[in-house]
Amino acid sequence: MKQGMFKIAENAALTQNVYKMQLVGDVSDITASGQFINIKLDGLYLRRPISVYDCDENSVTIIYKVVGKGTQQMSKMKIGEQLDVLTGLGNGYDTSLCENHAVLLGGGVGVPPLYMLAKELISQNKKVIVVLGFNTKDEVFCDEDFKALGADVIVTTVDGSYGVKGFVTDALPNDYDHFFTCGPEPMLKAVYKATNKSGQFSFEERMGCGFGACMGCSCKTITGYKRICKDGPVLLKEEILW
Amino acid sequence: MVRLNVSLCGNELDNPVIPASGTFGYGYEYADLYDINILGTFSFKGTTKEPRFGNPTPRIAECYSGMINAVGLQNPGVEKVITEELPKLSKCFDKKVMANVGGFSVDEYVYTAKKLDECDQVGWIEVNISCPNVHGGGIAFGTSPENAAIITKAVKEAVEKPVIVKLSPNVTDIVAIAKAVEDAGADGISLINTMLGMRIDLRTKKPVIANKMGGFSGPAIFPVALRMVYQVSSAVDIPVIGMGGVSTAEDVIEMMLAGATAVQIGAANLVDPYVCKDIIEKLPQVMDKYNINNLNEIIGGAK
Repeated sequence: MKQGMFKIAENAALTQNVYKMQLVGDVSDITASGQFINIKLDGLYLRRPISVYDCDENSVTIIYKVVGKGTQQMSKMKIGEQLDVLTGLGNGYDTSLCENHAVLLGGGVGVPPLYMLAKELISQNKKVIVVLGFNTKDEVFCDEDFKALGADVIVTTVDGSYGVKGFVTDALPNDYDHFFTCGPEPMLKAVYKATNKSGQFSFEERMGCGFGACMGCSCKTITGYKRICKDGPVLLKEEILW
Repeated sequence: MVRLNVSLCGNELDNPVIPASGTFGYGYEYADLYDINILGTFSFKGTTKEPRFGNPTPRIAECYSGMINAVGLQNPGVEKVITEELPKLSKCFDKKVMANVGGFSVDEYVYTAKKLDECDQVGWIEVNISCPNVHGGGIAFGTSPENAAIITKAVKEAVEKPVIVKLSPNVTDIVAIAKAVEDAGADGISLINTMLGMRIDLRTKKPVIANKMGGFSGPAIFPVALRMVYQVSSAVDIPVIGMGGVSTAEDVIEMMLAGATAVQIGAANLVDPYVCKDIIEKLPQVMDKYNINNLNEIIGGAK
């Protein structure tokens, strides 16, 4: 983990309430897809944990949805403004567990961490199918980004206004050896039930510190108590108690 | 630096800065960030006889200038703390650590305190009779002077190291409880633990925290903590460790002026993991600014 000041290089709306922000600074502690950063905001006591969408030598990009005061404040920030950020938090996805054919399932703001993961898997010459679930056409984002990487992309919408009508589990392909998923808990549970293949789930929880000190985000697993922020947010299917 | 040295129940501290229990784990998470040997000491995660998972999640809620937690004494149990956590700590911390002890009966407190007292790494036993997040234990002992005295006496008889009793602010008369633990033999008192608080989510119209209520901490409670440190340190002759919302070097000095011999820093660590290092580095400058030569000179200076 590292604490540093980051300069906003981009902060643009992708949909009505989903924004993409690029932050320039020391990203040397970001070591895996599926990790998150923790952002301090003026006037708010706790930091805001947001998953990493992408990362290069000197910047990290996040995609966030405006859901409360913190994310609303972020959405109004201008290019050039600075943020105090903790980077390199969480375990991230383990791509070595996928042999050669991955399915990535994302729901809503669970989609962003799958982008850097898809990039990693494709660079390892693995075949990647991405299933992205949204409520409706106006909420769809990032599907073109995944296509540009060379992944096969399926979009589902609950109301059928775009892509396949239904949930991500309604478009789950048959031919793959490992899956990676991130999204709201009901979706994760549906994925858990829909497949008997091995896979990895990324979880969300209200956090205090984000780096393993406060025990605010603990959960029970088959292999013992885990902190979502430090031992997760990614857990293996085999260790989840559902 | 001699001007920061304080003495806590017979043990010398390089400075009065002590990360508070429950915000610093067993130390090694922070040792990845900075050399934790710069600290006065730290109080490790509240430890009980048996392993505990604690309360269901969500356990955390945000407030204006603070937070609420309802972790509920999650810890691996005293055996594992001794066989796994303390050996890990010994690799990154050369000083004596403060062992924070929780429990649900007199026997449990005594058992856990005794085990930890036998560890060379432990310099003080901090008895938590003030956790607001567990039922039937902890705070049940901390809200009556009689019960507080019973625990204090029992632990004091079982251990050799200095016993510091950590008090709850969620009482009618904290001075009466402080006096009771002093009379029962406590070597020191630490206060305040968190204040019982609550938040409700307007979307679900239900409490944010699964356990409904939790312990409120952070800068918002600093004036209450300062007032109680002032009152308690005026009423007892044993050292008082002040805590509650301390976030800056100025806050440390204010706590000491109110009567604290040493100062614990809690919630601030969770937001700014380097805060204790920053405070220790800034203390000499802030002391210069306010013409303070040595911290020992200012303890209780506001009285």
